[in-house]
Amino acid sequence: MMNLIKLRKQHGFQTINDIKNALILDTHRGFPLLDESKCELNCSECKEICPTEAIELNPLSLDLGKCIFCGECEKICKGNGIRFTSNYKIAATSRNNLIVSSQQSYEEYELKAIEIKEKIYKLFGRSLKLRQVSAGGCNGCEMELAATTNVNFDITRFGIDFVASPRHADGIVITGPITKNMASALLDAYKSIGEPKIVIAFGACAISGGIFYESDELDRSFIENHKVDLYIPGCPPHPLTFINALLKYLNI
Amino acid sequence: MNNNWLEIKNLEAIPLSEIPRLDINSFREQLVKKIKSGERLVQLFGNKDNDDVVLYGITANDDNSKLYLASCIFDNKKEYESLTQDVPAAHLFEREFYEQFDIKPLNHPWLKPLRKINAELYNFFKMEGEDVHEVGVGPIHAGIIEPGHFRFSCHGEKIYHLEIQLGFQHRGIEKLFRKNNPVYLLKLAESVSGDSVIAHASTFVRAVESLSNCNVSYNANLIRAIALELERIAVHLGDLSALSNDVAYLTGSSVFGALRTKVINTTMSLCGNRFGRGLINYGGVNYEIDDALKSKILNTINSLEEEVNLASEVLFSSASVLERFEKTGIVDKETAIQIGMVGPAARASGVSIDVRADHPSGAYQYFPVHKLTLNSGDVFARAYIRYVEIIQSIKIIREQLENLSKENIISSLGSLEPNKFVISLTEGWRGEVSYVILTDETGKIKKVKIKDPSFNNWFALALAVRGNDISDFPLCNKSFNLSYCGFDL
Ligand code: SF4
Ligand code: SF4
Repeated sequence: MMNLIKLRKQHGFQTINDIKNALILDTHRGFPLLDESKCELNCSECKEICPTEAIELNPLSLDLGKCIFCGECEKICKGNGIRFTSNYKIAATSRNNLIVSSQQSYEEYELKAIEIKEKIYKLFGRSLKLRQVSAGGCNGCEMELAATTNVNFDITRFGIDFVASPRHADGIVITGPITKNMASALLDAYKSIGEPKIVIAFGACAISGGIFYESDELDRSFIENHKVDLYIPGCPPHPLTFINALLKYLNI
Repeated sequence: MNNNWLEIKNLEAIPLSEIPRLDINSFREQLVKKIKSGERLVQLFGNKDNDDVVLYGITANDDNSKLYLASCIFDNKKEYESLTQDVPAAHLFEREFYEQFDIKPLNHPWLKPLRKINAELYNFFKMEGEDVHEVGVGPIHAGIIEPGHFRFSCHGEKIYHLEIQLGFQHRGIEKLFRKNNPVYLLKLAESVSGDSVIAHASTFVRAVESLSNCNVSYNANLIRAIALELERIAVHLGDLSALSNDVAYLTGSSVFGALRTKVINTTMSLCGNRFGRGLINYGGVNYEIDDALKSKILNTINSLEEEVNLASEVLFSSASVLERFEKTGIVDKETAIQIGMVGPAARASGVSIDVRADHPSGAYQYFPVHKLTLNSGDVFARAYIRYVEIIQSIKIIREQLENLSKENIISSLGSLEPNKFVISLTEGWRGEVSYVILTDETGKIKKVKIKDPSFNNWFALALAVRGNDISDFPLCNKSFNLSYCGFDL
């Protein structure tokens, strides 16, 4: 009994209180700042080294939906044309918004990345139940999604929770590049959710196929045929990225 | 032992031409003999060489750090007598070989699809009788976890048999490894199983390094080892949290969960990613541990040790927890050896194997790792071994932090030697991770064969739940915490 009390005391209070302004370690690779004017003439090394073809040149842009935040482009770019900041609020409501262009500041990006819809708040703002479907990938995304419910992040305090059955859900969170072997199960789960419902693509794999984009064992038709409401970039995305994206999207 | 197998060591690159080529009958006979004499099956896989299919076998003698290698060729032959009849540990390997090359292991007791899923073609075991029922779950499970299909044959609450059908995460990883872009391949290795980033990435790069005769600095090897131990601590803590949760001991669930966060954030301060992505590179590591970071890590693990000790003392002295943990999901030692289990799950069943001690590489060559075992083979043992391994890893990190130096952390990698074969073994937190790489005549990678420890251990879960109540399944499952994607590849 004494030990239990000691343990309780040692555990203390773990929850991040002000999650909208939570600090993150500055080693975290978040929003990238691009500056084409620092590019060396005819250098295309960042584009060549990128394992997921996330970089385009002339003009320079970086697709957060493809990026796995490996940092290799930053390392090879001695001219500082690409520099990752630790800013983690990088989710967006449209695929196009994920493409970062040269000179785009984080503030500019954040301002327009998530388009808030009043309707969403009215529908789900006080209670959003999500069904997660793991469709390939590496389980990294699953671990970070699961972490959003732990004592540190505690997403359920905002009325957001993960449920076991799609019948109980208002939306679906997809992780992984969607393998052929999971394509029909994903579709079944989606269809089992009542309308209206939202679709969230969590991680580079779900958004673009990630590191597996060239695999012939994938079936990405779901993403092509359905509207994705919220894109959460990362490999895996940080729990703070997910929670803040939802809070903003739901206007909480 | 009198046979034709080539004796090699972990990470010893050898010319392809030196690999003994036997006919299938002697290959089979000798392999069976080796396993019966106490060696362990590490790898058994096929590769297409020109137009012929070649089967490679690798066994290990864990007492003297030796590995043995041989191959046999199937020119037009479409079948052979299955090894599984005599070597149960070969059963999944042979199913994989059959699925990939259509060469049939005759009289294989359980020749079913591994990753090519077609529910209509898959004959699940059937049990008949009054009060007998089947429970099918998946591919989508109740929690935020990976997909798989589990079918239980039950009599009332009691599980008679559990059949596990995986393959839903199959992304064709080994095929993707043929791409000729080193950065891509490294990131792919990091993404085989996201909870074992360091284990997979370092096993892969070590194989590449040995193919290019690259000397990794002691300092870089130390950082790799420290990261690998942090990975072990983090996942073990997460597992203790999940196990607590499954027996409704919520304090334990929260406490261990919060401690895990501390550890993954330590990894994040090292390399910018909570799971160690971006740390490992060919020839060393991308990030150094400077004095400030070193004292930060020291502080974290010192307080962690105290906290884990207290939390574990409470966990393992709680009657209601022990009531659920003890004698649940038992795998005995003999079974564990027969089916070829590895890692902490094997050690919890009394099998004394640990790649860090048996086939040491990198920094582990310079300090001894004591192999920890327990005997009861139940959920309790698999939980408790995690606790003692956490404490052991904390000690390793503390000691090795002192050995860090200013030595460089990355050496340049030359080109790979042509026509070579290498096997790389690492003890990840889940057990033995192995990568085999074959190069072609230009030094290009032509084949990467990956084996995650889950491949060895999934069948153990099926055996562990036999005779248990179906309500204990989640607990048994978490006590193994196997990788779906690592298996599905
Ligand atoms: S950090 Fe992103 S953009 Fe840069 S190389 Fe890696 S994947 Fe490509
Ligand atoms: S996005 Fe990255 S972390 Fe997520 S499943 Fe894909 S490879 Fe794993």
